[in-house]
Amino acid sequence: MKDLKATDFIAKITISTIAMIGIFILIFILFFLAKEGIPILKSTTLKDLLFGLYWYPTYSPPEFGMLPLIAGSLAVTLLSSLIALPISILVSLFLSEVCPKTLRNILKPTLEILGFLPSVVLGFLGMVIIAPWLQNSFDLLTGLNLFNASILLGLLIIPITGSLADDAISSVPTDIRAAAFALGATREETISKVVLPAALPGILQACLLGMMRGVGETMVVLMAAGGAAIIPESLFDPVRPLTSTIAAEMGETPVGSPHYHALFFAGLLLLLMTLILNLTAIWIEKRWRWQWR
Amino acid sequence: MALNARKFKDRLLTYVLWSSMILVIIVLLSILVFIVTQGIGAISIEFLTQPPRNSMTEGGILTPLIGTLQLIIVSMMFSLPVGVCTAIYLVEYAKEDIYTTTLRLAIRSLAGIPSVVYGLFGLSFFCILLRFKPSLLSAGLTLGCLALPLIVGAAETALQAVPQSLRDAAYALGATKWQTISKVVIPAALPSVLTGAILSVGRVAGETAPIMFTGAAFFTPGIAKSLFDEVMALPFHVYVLATAGTFIDKTRPLQYGAILVLMALVLGITLIGVIMRAKLSRRDYLM
Amino acid sequence: MVIDSMNNVKIKVENLSLYYGDSPALKNINMHIYNQSVTALIGPSGCGKSSFLRCLNRMNDFIPNTRVEGNVYLDGLNIYSSNVELIELRKKVGMVFQRPNPFPMSIYDNVAFGPRLHGIKDREKLDEIVESSLRSAALWDEVKGILTRSALSLSGGQQQRLCVARAIAVKPEVLLMDEPTSALDPLATARIEQLIRNLKKYFTIVIVTHNMQQAARISDVTAFFLMGELIEVEPTEKIFTAPEDQRTADYITGRFG
Repeated sequence: MKDLKATDFIAKITISTIAMIGIFILIFILFFLAKEGIPILKSTTLKDLLFGLYWYPTYSPPEFGMLPLIAGSLAVTLLSSLIALPISILVSLFLSEVCPKTLRNILKPTLEILGFLPSVVLGFLGMVIIAPWLQNSFDLLTGLNLFNASILLGLLIIPITGSLADDAISSVPTDIRAAAFALGATREETISKVVLPAALPGILQACLLGMMRGVGETMVVLMAAGGAAIIPESLFDPVRPLTSTIAAEMGETPVGSPHYHALFFAGLLLLLMTLILNLTAIWIEKRWRWQWR
Repeated sequence: MALNARKFKDRLLTYVLWSSMILVIIVLLSILVFIVTQGIGAISIEFLTQPPRNSMTEGGILTPLIGTLQLIIVSMMFSLPVGVCTAIYLVEYAKEDIYTTTLRLAIRSLAGIPSVVYGLFGLSFFCILLRFKPSLLSAGLTLGCLALPLIVGAAETALQAVPQSLRDAAYALGATKWQTISKVVIPAALPSVLTGAILSVGRVAGETAPIMFTGAAFFTPGIAKSLFDEVMALPFHVYVLATAGTFIDKTRPLQYGAILVLMALVLGITLIGVIMRAKLSRRDYLM
Repeated sequence: MVIDSMNNVKIKVENLSLYYGDSPALKNINMHIYNQSVTALIGPSGCGKSSFLRCLNRMNDFIPNTRVEGNVYLDGLNIYSSNVELIELRKKVGMVFQRPNPFPMSIYDNVAFGPRLHGIKDREKLDEIVESSLRSAALWDEVKGILTRSALSLSGGQQQRLCVARAIAVKPEVLLMDEPTSALDPLATARIEQLIRNLKKYFTIVIVTHNMQQAARISDVTAFFLMGELIEVEPTEKIFTAPEDQRTADYITGRFG
């Protein structure tokens, strides 16, 4: 009897302790990124870092202007969202409102599985298919550019946002669809006036999470975005987002050098961007999701 | 508004929705078909059982394939127990206090952190601070951290799906809380937990960015024999072949072959997970 | 009162059968529903009474693999003929569901939803419709100050009365009610029953109920369904005092169901 109580207690303590590891990992990530990123401020001012136009980390003296990298990250995220989010929402509406049930049972898992497509595979496709095509049809110097990477990122975003938005739309009770139909609404009116407004917080959340994936995606932009640290002025300019800069340069950087710290600082910026998107999504869920009975 | 206009809008929307879905399916299917047709020619027994040779312009993909499996094992050794314990805590023990809220928030935040940032963390924490060097262990643990929120999420859902009446029945028989959890709740939830784990293996197997500077090697002569050796990994191998090889055009068949194997591995694992999940959701608890 | 005021048939159901896939849910139903009266549909669960109700505004159209045979005439017009506009039909035949299902929008927008759908944009006119509908649904006094508040903040009984207001705001001729009080407490149920008695002056009401006392309290005509068949349809007083069919008698006296 005593043994049982002791085991019960030990189990509780052990599980509670192990559960804390998640919190520690988050704290460690924040701590180590800050610890390795903040020292760059000793050699460069925050203003030069954030608004400097030139990223020449290996020159002497090096320049660590991250504005082109930040602009690159924002540009691919925005363009890919512009391509992918409307399609994602249409696809989710199709799955939840129009699709026959048997077809849905195939399409929804297919969509989800495609969300697992390794990004290195998509990056490769960008190099061997989209790049030559862009180069030939628009007579460009390089087909590896903002547009190429955005299309590929869009393909990564659609399964995520599409599937999450479908979850949100499907959780709107069928009852209220029936009520709208019974009042003489067409399907289009039921969707646009009842279902969409009711599912809006969830759809918004799905979009934010899709964008979050876009900001943080590395391999696609590393392989297909062209890698030039300039502020893009056209769809076909090559870009070098924060993620690909880190991935491309961290390997050859001596530990503890200013360049090393600058890359961690880039990581910190990235972390901040995704955290903001993520926290907004969580806030929307807490604040705005309709509580269906 | 005229009835016809309303009906027209209705029909228009239906067409738009159908065509958007068809578009997405066509694009994604053609990607699959393209890779399969391009890569199938490179696939042979030798390709799967030989290490890369001659500056990786010949031979197979045995070393990176084994390396990826090793990485999966190391990452799951870490994330599966930790993730399941976290989920058990959240579902069975947690009171709605500030600590639990923080934990939930932490897990959600972890899920959103870019994979390359996990790589930076792994580099500074596992490789440098803990002196694991770039190695199988460092890379595996980094992937484990990345998989943790996925496992917690899946396990939490699985545990919540176990009906309360099962727990009540165990308590009514005089079981302690731990007995109830270990003998009743976990066995009932186990299939769903494993399904979640399989899906996160699919995610881990395809990741490149977190392992690029924590242990994935450009080339190793053989399979990693200890946790502290560097490993080749299939996704990184694909990246290297496609961008940094000596004869990129000459090795295209090898690249397509490696990509096909990577894709088959990842999507195959995921497919198993999805099918298992579909089977499980059809099984109803009798309560 | 019963028979003499019933010369005037609002809905005529002729040889109506309904199939889900291959299995029949309704078998050859023939029935008249009279103007400005309350018709109650009773029977054990699964007997087809709800399916029958949903045939009257063609809500079954949404369920895949359903097939309807026979005819339903509304004011002499077959609602299953190919040139009938579903939208127009639904405007004439309103419906209140089993569980309160207000839209997640304001109280005002819930009631104004139908009229707006059918083209009324004028604010004053909408205000008028919203007020009169809420009054008819005996909800106006409770909500007149909080029209902009979310409908989901109302209690279950209030929500159901709101759904009634929403349905009558499009000025239907027939009101279908599918066990409208099954999710409500006795007090809220009593209010809805009172409401139904008042509304029958303006509408033809068909109500599905699993509660025989309710049928006895509020209806003029009662129809008893069993296993997809219409066993008996009679004035309510008669069916509860002297049913013709033994099965009806068994059900009413509580021997099964």
